Amino acid sequence: MSADMRISVQPEDFDIGAEIERLKGGRTDLGAIATFTGLVRDIHGDKVIKKMTLEHFPAMAEKELGKIGEQAKERWPIEGLTIIHRYDELYPGDQIVLVVTTSHHREAAFNAAQFIMDWLKTDAPFWKKEETEDGTHWVDAKASDDDKKDRWG
Amino acid sequence: MNILYFARIREHIGKSSEEIALPDTVISVADVIAHLESLGQKYKNAFDEPDLIRAAVNDEYVPLDFKVSDDDELALFPPMTGG
Repeated sequence: MSADMRISVQPEDFDIGAEIERLKGGRTDLGAIATFTGLVRDIHGDKVIKKMTLEHFPAMAEKELGKIGEQAKERWPIEGLTIIHRYDELYPGDQIVLVVTTSHHREAAFNAAQFIMDWLKTDAPFWKKEETEDGTHWVDAKASDDDKKDRWG
Repeated sequence: MNILYFARIREHIGKSSEEIALPDTVISVADVIAHLESLGQKYKNAFDEPDLIRAAVNDEYVPLDFKVSDDDELALFPPMTGG
């Protein structure tokens, strides 16, 4: 059976518990659920973040998240997968991104979730802009994020 | 050619998309960028760091040496910072 995959790019917040329940769906064969939630931090270096605006490429965002999800499904025996990425204006403490993976065993669920996050950082068409007391600036891409993606081969 | 701009590049140019008539000498994405840079300072500013330009043609990521035609839709943007 092909893994159930849900991808959403949305301005609205998400409910982690509801997303977990949706993937469980009354099944009793699942041994593992891994979740990752990315949050807006209020500190970046020595700057206090007041607001973060996420811009995205609508025609590509869901499609690219879906490709990353498909790659994860090919590499690990995951039973279910949800990726939600928000856009628009977000504030410290807000949820930005959610990855939920389910599997019979924990290793696949953990690895698939981490793989998806590492790929999403460099390959999903989103751009962060931070607002601090000194003004607004676009967040620079990090070479370390490329390294994290590349470790998966 | 219809061109879309995102993030820092969009802000420098001051619009999110535009239709650009390309000279016949334009073959690749890099040629399109070079042509745009000839259109004025705001374009020069948008593309002043060649290492920080990424592209997609018809909603697929492509390298800057990818060949394009007038019917393609090109998107130009900085490296992604999602997640």
